[in-house]
Amino acid sequence: MTEALLKVKNLHTEFRTEGGIVKAVDDVSFEVNAGEIFALVGESGCGKSVTALSIMGLIPNPPGEITSGSIEFDGVDLLSLPSREMRAIRGSRIGMIFQEPMSSLNPVLTIESQLAEPLKIHENLSGNVANDRAKELIDMVGIPDSATRMKQYPHELSGGQRQRIMIAMAMACSPQLLIADEATTALDVTIQAQILDLMQDVTSQTGASLLIITHNLGIVARYADRVGVMYAGKLREVSDASDLYAEPHHPYTVGLLQSVPRLDADKGSPLSPIAGEIPDLTDLPEGCAFNPRCEWAVDKCRIEQPTLEETKPGKQVACFEHETVALRV
Amino acid sequence: MSTTAVSPEQQSIKPETGPILETRQLKVHFPVKRGLIIQRTVGVVKAVDGVDIQIKHGETLGLVGESGSGKTTLGRAILRLNDVADGSVRFEGQEVLELPGREMRRLRQKIGMVFQDPYGSLNPRMTAGNIVAEPMLVHKIFKDRSEITDRVMELFDTVGLNRSMATRYPHEFSGGQRQRIGIARALAPGPSLLICDEPVSALDVSIQAQIISLFDRLKEEQNLTYLFIAHDLSIVRHVSDSVAVMYLGKVMEQGNADDVYRNPQHPYTKALLSAVPIPDPKVERKRDRVVLKGDIPSPLNPPKGCVFNTRCPVAEDRCFVEIPLPQTFSDGRQIACHKVNP
Repeated sequence: MTEALLKVKNLHTEFRTEGGIVKAVDDVSFEVNAGEIFALVGESGCGKSVTALSIMGLIPNPPGEITSGSIEFDGVDLLSLPSREMRAIRGSRIGMIFQEPMSSLNPVLTIESQLAEPLKIHENLSGNVANDRAKELIDMVGIPDSATRMKQYPHELSGGQRQRIMIAMAMACSPQLLIADEATTALDVTIQAQILDLMQDVTSQTGASLLIITHNLGIVARYADRVGVMYAGKLREVSDASDLYAEPHHPYTVGLLQSVPRLDADKGSPLSPIAGEIPDLTDLPEGCAFNPRCEWAVDKCRIEQPTLEETKPGKQVACFEHETVALRV
Repeated sequence: MSTTAVSPEQQSIKPETGPILETRQLKVHFPVKRGLIIQRTVGVVKAVDGVDIQIKHGETLGLVGESGSGKTTLGRAILRLNDVADGSVRFEGQEVLELPGREMRRLRQKIGMVFQDPYGSLNPRMTAGNIVAEPMLVHKIFKDRSEITDRVMELFDTVGLNRSMATRYPHEFSGGQRQRIGIARALAPGPSLLICDEPVSALDVSIQAQIISLFDRLKEEQNLTYLFIAHDLSIVRHVSDSVAVMYLGKVMEQGNADDVYRNPQHPYTKALLSAVPIPDPKVERKRDRVVLKGDIPSPLNPPKGCVFNTRCPVAEDRCFVEIPLPQTFSDGRQIACHKVNP
């Protein structure tokens, strides 16, 4: 694929809070190619979810606002679209799955009516046709006994099944892009594997791109083609997934990878945690926001903010010292 | 240590070599009630259903399992925070479940607990210093208040908190710092065993690693024994000497952590371990995985026979009828499965 499906350019999303303006997403640029799985990783407050909500046009205003930048989806700038046209795209050409399926589903509507709803709205299907299609979708996401399930309410399903329903709803109109925001974080690990495999399967069948938002580096390693690592509102490293793990070039990526214990490591293999705390977004350090926790930081890092630069084909890093970091043993 | 009568059986256990903590056929059952005013019991959830675990002095037992497996209930039952239906809990050779109230309080000095939620488990109206001092006041460990202050300061150093933070309130701390306060509080009465219930699952990855490293260091410095309850198998791998895998109230497999992780035998352990992605694409994408079908059954209505039979890839007729008992293998591992035999 030559042309990217989604192009996010210099996106700035801010929130006005009592503590001051929070730059939740600060000059973020990345592209998601057609058919690929792109992962945004980072810890709480890094801006990964706000990036996803910005793409969906779901930033609550006030207090939030996209102050500048562009989001181009399949050649169309989403930020300049009137809200009616954005509604036509949301839920039909871009689907989204959230962390907590119970609060994303309507508790007083049956599974059938919730699944049929996007089909009636976006595809103009009539009641019966939409219901038949809803049943097919339930079968597709691997929920047994679809005829019974259709008539049930969300509370009658398990967490994993609710998340399957969310995937069915998000895939109902065959979107070109599926966004999964911490979609498996609340699930048990055996269910998490089922749901992630399902998302990978359904998107690869339709050729859709998948944008995974997660804090779990294991999930990224298993599923993602490319990765963007975020910290304090900015993208710090964008890389092919395999390259990110083999040759991390940003000190934060290095620290993150050394912080996670591995299932296949020997007992007591040393962890090297990143020192210090995640900074408060209303009171960020001068220069690079990571500098107080960075072992490579030099004077320049405390004054100037590095921007994302290509360090080799397929890899972009925002760090003045990336060459030194890359050379470390 | 204790004023209760010591039975011959108890005398035979030497605290230095025998297990510091042992449960035998431990059962914790919760009644399920219906009705608004006049309640009647309509069922029983067997949250912990006949569990035997042992922890040796200075070792860490990792207790893993998914939601509803009973791992948290088991941890709480040891401190009698949940009523135990049946079985025994022995701490340093002493039967815990029969201790009178005063003795039980004394025991709680020796068993500390660290909880998951660093927000909910600290009193918001107390300063960090007072939170850490409280157990020492309750247990009347020091006569002199200034001794308590000294000890609180020492504990702040131990867990990596700045002494000047003692006058602050919980909301002024980050999640990781709050967990350090929780750990300092647990250490305050000088316990020999710490029960840690999901102590890092609410924390960010980089902060998790800090707290795990703190647990590592404390174990060395203070000769602590841990019961480490967690759902994150990679973290349990890092901290544990031995490991017990629970599913729907029962232990499926337990043994030396190296053995269990390198060569899992129970079909559930195999599936559980293979479901955890390894943060390394080169390794992860070449792994053989067993992805389980279906959901964890409701603990209210567990399957007959082996509780894992609804999801087990190798279940046979017998598994739907007979409950498999744990069998001990030559390497000391205990496995409860009809299909795995010594």
